[in-house]
Amino acid sequence: MKTIIVVGNGMVGYKFCEKFVAKKESKEYKVIVFGEEPRPAYDRVHLSEFFENQDAKALEMAPAEWYAENNIDLIVDERVTDIHKASKKITTAKDRELSYDYLVLATGSSAFVPPIKGVEKEGVFVYRTIEDLEGMLAYAAKLKQTNPNAKAAVLGGGLLGLEAGKAVMDMGLEPHIVEFAPKLMPRQLDSRSSQVLQLKLESIGLNIHLSKATNQILGDKAITGMEFGEDDVLDVEMLIISAGIRPRDELAKTSGLEMGVRGGIVVDNKMQTSDPNIYAIGEIALYNQMIYGLVAPGYDMAGVAVDQILGDTETLMPEEIDMSTKLKLIGVDVASFGEPFMPAAKGHSIIFENKTQHLYKRINVSLDGKKLLGGILVGDATDYSMLHQIYLNGMAIPEDPAQLILPAGEGGGSFGDVMDLPDEAQICSCENVTKGQICGTIESGESKDLADVVSCTKAGTGCGGCKPMVKDLTEATLKSLGIEVKDTVCEHFDLNRQDLYKIIQVKGYKTFDEVLDNHGNGGHGCELCKPVVASLMASINADTANKEYAIQDSNDRFLANIQRNGTYSVVPRVPGGEITPDKLIALGEIAKKYDLYTKVTGGVRIDLFGATLNQLPLIWKDLIDHGFESGHAYGKSLRTVKTCVGSTWCRYGMDESVSFGIELENRYRGIRAPHKIKGGVSGCIRECAEARGKDFGLIAVEGGWNLYLGGNGGATPRHAELFAEQIDNKTVIKYIDRYLMLYMRTAKPLQRTAAWQERLEGGLEYLKEVIIDDKLGIAEDLENEMQTLVNKFECEWTQAINDPEMMKRFNHFVNSEEEDDNLVFVPLREQKMPEKWV
Amino acid sequence: MNIVSEKYKTVKPEDVTTWFKAAPITAFPKDGGACVKYKDLQIAVFNFERLNTWYACQNLSPEKQEMVLSRGMIGDHKGIPMVACPLHKKIFSLENGDNLNGDLEAIATYPIKIENDFVYVGFSE
Repeated sequence: MKTIIVVGNGMVGYKFCEKFVAKKESKEYKVIVFGEEPRPAYDRVHLSEFFENQDAKALEMAPAEWYAENNIDLIVDERVTDIHKASKKITTAKDRELSYDYLVLATGSSAFVPPIKGVEKEGVFVYRTIEDLEGMLAYAAKLKQTNPNAKAAVLGGGLLGLEAGKAVMDMGLEPHIVEFAPKLMPRQLDSRSSQVLQLKLESIGLNIHLSKATNQILGDKAITGMEFGEDDVLDVEMLIISAGIRPRDELAKTSGLEMGVRGGIVVDNKMQTSDPNIYAIGEIALYNQMIYGLVAPGYDMAGVAVDQILGDTETLMPEEIDMSTKLKLIGVDVASFGEPFMPAAKGHSIIFENKTQHLYKRINVSLDGKKLLGGILVGDATDYSMLHQIYLNGMAIPEDPAQLILPAGEGGGSFGDVMDLPDEAQICSCENVTKGQICGTIESGESKDLADVVSCTKAGTGCGGCKPMVKDLTEATLKSLGIEVKDTVCEHFDLNRQDLYKIIQVKGYKTFDEVLDNHGNGGHGCELCKPVVASLMASINADTANKEYAIQDSNDRFLANIQRNGTYSVVPRVPGGEITPDKLIALGEIAKKYDLYTKVTGGVRIDLFGATLNQLPLIWKDLIDHGFESGHAYGKSLRTVKTCVGSTWCRYGMDESVSFGIELENRYRGIRAPHKIKGGVSGCIRECAEARGKDFGLIAVEGGWNLYLGGNGGATPRHAELFAEQIDNKTVIKYIDRYLMLYMRTAKPLQRTAAWQERLEGGLEYLKEVIIDDKLGIAEDLENEMQTLVNKFECEWTQAINDPEMMKRFNHFVNSEEEDDNLVFVPLREQKMPEKWV
Repeated sequence: MNIVSEKYKTVKPEDVTTWFKAAPITAFPKDGGACVKYKDLQIAVFNFERLNTWYACQNLSPEKQEMVLSRGMIGDHKGIPMVACPLHKKIFSLENGDNLNGDLEAIATYPIKIENDFVYVGFSE
């Protein structure tokens, strides 16, 4: 097994590890990573977010466990001090000595501190690590105690300097930016865009000082000001230096690797240094005489080094490196791409400027007007992704290139559809993901939505700048595949459940065929639309599942829950969970008679398992004879109303939760809905009935009931929301009637109340307006419809066993009285269970 | 368990040697199915009234080897007549037995003829 030592655990060092372990050949290597900082690699690009939440963990590229899970030894807080090229060994500040086969240097850079007199004074910081930020926060807090209006300056008006300026604002100090050049962001912006940016930043409270060369830092022990010229002084009590970066190349110096004149370790396009066993990546690598201070080229370098080490020597760093950037500085979009400053001889510039809105857009086009060469955007960078792609891929541009940047409605805004991009177009430059990869993962069926695309391709997980484009591509690809997120019930209808509800109600249809023939797409229905229509017929006409049993879902068809081996389980209704000893004995005797496995359900009812199709009517006849009725455990309908014992027995009870629970269960029993419905009634706030986990829940309080709606256990647990307080029994029923009916009318198939309520536009407030204030004027209709369903209730098992025609379906064979001979049961804790599935 | 599924082999109409008189047509629900017993075989028979056609296939779901297909809903999947297994909604073509939403083995299908309001299932021995 070979050993790779990675020196440096910053963003690029981490990326090397991530890309390395993703390769299957990596199993043959041991990877050891040294980091000088006390924590694993974090996202330095978004460092200023630390000021918002001070959550260092949130910035982590991956938690410490990730390294362990991937068999990487991560050693933090330990600096590598020497490289012994000849013996292929390193030593660390803690005198550890380790051998390597390959060494990867990813030590990054440090902040450049110019040699200004007094720079060592207290209150002068650099902006680079989380520790730097913690130091600043502590110092700022101390300053504000004595002077709430303390000022702080940032030395450097570049990209990082402006980020640091935001940090100063977030710390509540008066922010000043001091820049040597006559404009902000001199490397990325031209003078006009720089002015637009300056105006914008000044308007939000930043003080900007340009063309200032700092002579010395004033103050005795701590900083009190900055002196530029003789009488040109800026009083500040804190200074953050952000005047550029210097590669952390001291290791290379001492070990004799070839270096650049102004620092940086010289690498070739394999990322190899002058020693073939040593690679350098990121901000210490001097490639093409350049240090690349952006994360995307650093990630590319990491990828090249991984492939080179694993023997895939064809992966090389490209000659030209795209330095386009898009960022949000203090809430202002700033982007530049390609050649932002183009000499007039090479092409023409088209400039759109609106200082009142702090907008600036410039594009540079070739002399023949056919190619986009570069550009600058300040104030609004929404066009960036598309412009950048057009530039990268050399795509054709409109005859009037101004259309690319003009606001929509003024001749612009419509050019450039993401789907026009070539497959090789690189969408995410941090992770090097192409359009082809994004579309491919959707086309192959691997990804079904944006979240899948992101997790499959990693697009958008770096700087995040490409997210809008990834989203557009995902949506456009899904659409092109016809998987537009339509909410039609299935291929047989171009209608959703709510449409079908209205149609069936208005037209008064009574059968599935009527609905299909009049409103379908000419097909014959399927396992999706048949149960939906069956449920709607039940919700609207109070039809039981006996009426058209061949369109019912598996369970409804036989009024029982189909189990693993094709036998069924039987759950009689026990309203509110209250049961007499005689009934309990009857249940036991019936279970015994038919040898049924018996268990208390999750909804605290009694479930009898293992009934064959032929046994079902016999069991139900016995149950009905003992006063039971269907529990609708098989239906998308009310299951139980769970109750605690309440004031009838409990010494804490505020009201009769059992009595009210029984009343509610009997009221809504048998009503078919888009999904199952559960209720709960608790007699006091101790909430023993767990009512807030139910679709409707009640808690007795002083002066009435508190009503909670939209709770859910299941795969996505959700607490019900407090809907009304201290209301009486009558009002409770009124509100639940209206609520359930509204849900039954408008929810999607198989959507529980929780999901429905969550997606309801206007949320709980809207529900209150409709249900309590009757904003839509439908409250009475809703109540009447519910009352009709309540009045028409009929136990469908009683109905079935009294009708010989309906009984026919409970035979396993049409031509024999025999039962299924394929069933095998095995013993289980004094009962039985079906033989295990192979 | 494979011993069970091996008993079911598709019978083509031209290979039928025995027409088994199963049950009167009224024993089968409209656009639904029921199970016919023939010797030690269980055959799901469907009255696809919307197509005015009858279909038959093994009652055994190849997914979990349970005798349940006759209790499934029928309809069409992109125009192909199908039955959906009531356990996990795996769907199978009623025409050739192919699993239309997965890669389960195809189920065996059988010819049906209707004579004097009686349903006959075709077997070849």
